Amino acid sequence: MSAVEDVVTEAPAVEAVPKRAMTLGLGTSLVVLAALVIAPIFVKNFIIFQMTMLLIYGLAVLALNILTGGSGQFSLGQSAFYAVGAYTSAILMEHANMNYALTLPIAGIVCFAFGYLFGKPALRLSGVYLALATFALATAMPQLLKLGFFEHWTGGVQGLVVTKPDAPFGLKMSQDMWLYYFTLVISIGIYIASINLLRSRSGRAFMAIRDNEIAASAMGVNVALYKTLAFGVSAGITGVAGGLGAIAVQFVAPDGYTILLAISLFLGMVVGGVGWLPGSLVGSAFIIFVPNIAEGISKGLSGAVFGVLLFLVIFLVPHGARQVAMVAQQLLGKMIKK
Amino acid sequence: MELFTNQVLAGIATGAIYACMALAVVMIYQAIDHLNFAQGEMAMFSTFLSWQMMQWGVPYWGAFVLTLILSFAGGILIERLLFKPLAKAPVLTNVAGFIALYGIINSFAGLIWDFTIKQYPTPFGSSPFLGSQLISTHQAGMIGVTVLLLILLFIFFQYTRIGLAMRAAAALPESARLVGINTSWMIALGWGMAAAIGSIAGMLIAPVVFLEPNMMLGVLIYGFAAAVLGGLTSPLGAVIGGFLVGVFENLAGTYIPGVGNELKLPIALALIITVLVFKPAGLFGRPIVKRV
Repeated sequence: MSAVEDVVTEAPAVEAVPKRAMTLGLGTSLVVLAALVIAPIFVKNFIIFQMTMLLIYGLAVLALNILTGGSGQFSLGQSAFYAVGAYTSAILMEHANMNYALTLPIAGIVCFAFGYLFGKPALRLSGVYLALATFALATAMPQLLKLGFFEHWTGGVQGLVVTKPDAPFGLKMSQDMWLYYFTLVISIGIYIASINLLRSRSGRAFMAIRDNEIAASAMGVNVALYKTLAFGVSAGITGVAGGLGAIAVQFVAPDGYTILLAISLFLGMVVGGVGWLPGSLVGSAFIIFVPNIAEGISKGLSGAVFGVLLFLVIFLVPHGARQVAMVAQQLLGKMIKK
Repeated sequence: MELFTNQVLAGIATGAIYACMALAVVMIYQAIDHLNFAQGEMAMFSTFLSWQMMQWGVPYWGAFVLTLILSFAGGILIERLLFKPLAKAPVLTNVAGFIALYGIINSFAGLIWDFTIKQYPTPFGSSPFLGSQLISTHQAGMIGVTVLLLILLFIFFQYTRIGLAMRAAAALPESARLVGINTSWMIALGWGMAAAIGSIAGMLIAPVVFLEPNMMLGVLIYGFAAAVLGGLTSPLGAVIGGFLVGVFENLAGTYIPGVGNELKLPIALALIITVLVFKPAGLFGRPIVKRV
């Protein structure tokens, strides 16, 4: 902007989403839940593993959705928080022999702190500047993880191998299936907590900031506090997802957490619909299965397919999966009336 | 002392490249208020084009000029097809668009020319410059080309009608439209010039970092750092920022223990955040006043 004055009445950085439009109805939620609980019984271990990753990336996209759809801040650096969570879990499990389930809350807290601290300087930034700072964070992260200084704990370029946990209490269940249900329970917990967060006083503060920061501060919202808080919460959830990801993949290495992961998560959010929490699962399915199909056609094609589809979404369905779901709902309503 | 002079000169040479990237970023930022995250990939693609032409037997400078023309046209094409319809869209949509472009170009370059590292020729040679051990002829060439480019751009913006029209369209689009300037095409022109400037940066740095689809990521981050340091609203600032960042990077790598090649990107990150926190408008940019 070369004009010295910038008029605030211009469109906000992220389109407003009404609070009611952020979730699914109870009935639909139960159907989805039932499908998620029953499905693994009928499929092979590899598909269960993919479904676990689906939930894990779903959590990471959800976290970004809270940040962007909720408080209107960008992040192209979610891969950095994901990496910190993954490494925290891996290091605690391998070096401190800690139980895998206990490492997750610690990964969440570490990432919350990291996100909160990163949110402090980022407070002064908005829109493109924030996107830039987080973009730089994501590109710098793999190099930070490779640093010789931390090599004793992180394993440097080699990374760390993580052992997969067995099902507890003598349950007759494969490791993959146990991990899937474990992830499912955590995901449901975080999903419900996120919905409650957005419906609470803090959630209203986030949305007020998203829609008009100056008006929000005039209403008495502590803008600085809530913006950093949104960053912290988002990073914390991403950290838990990262920890789960490390356990599921059984391996952490710096090159697993490049800018491409951050781009994928961002893409998942846009495809799922910004500000529509259930869309996180749709977005996550998109970023897991589309590259598989694309790489099947030709190696290295996934970036191009991602890009083209992203443009299609931007131009044709700017609200992502939410828009598709709404149109489907209307069509269904019409058919039932006839 | 010789080490110091040597590092400063080498810093100025790489700084020239950062200056070019920063200039390209600023050109687009001036025109549409967005940072082009795909700028590095556009430059990388242009560099591959010139390499391909040289493989087909076109001499270096012929390929250089042809690439400039193709990049210019490509930049305009991208703006007309993809970003003109997004002009009124929220920031988020635009960021998504740039990210999509990044993915597409990177992936296609990999598909066409695969991911192996390629040698790229230099027209200047790599012998010591003027017999001194301080700087190679290629480094001197990088600085020379950048300075020449700056002078040409300065003349273009200061002394030609179309340069004046572009400045007007960037500064006050509505008033510019009222005096009959086609601001929409001025934006497209800005994109074309940014793509061409970026391709120069790519072709100059390719002999140093070698040619491969991810070669520009680090350079782009440094270009961003330079643009932010100099101020996103000031082309001159972007260039000075580029040289400063280049020198800073080299000196930090030499004199601060533990900062080797492996910390290159974190330094750029730290630089960007420091500048944005303490002087968001940069060294030469104008601060923006928000009016309620």
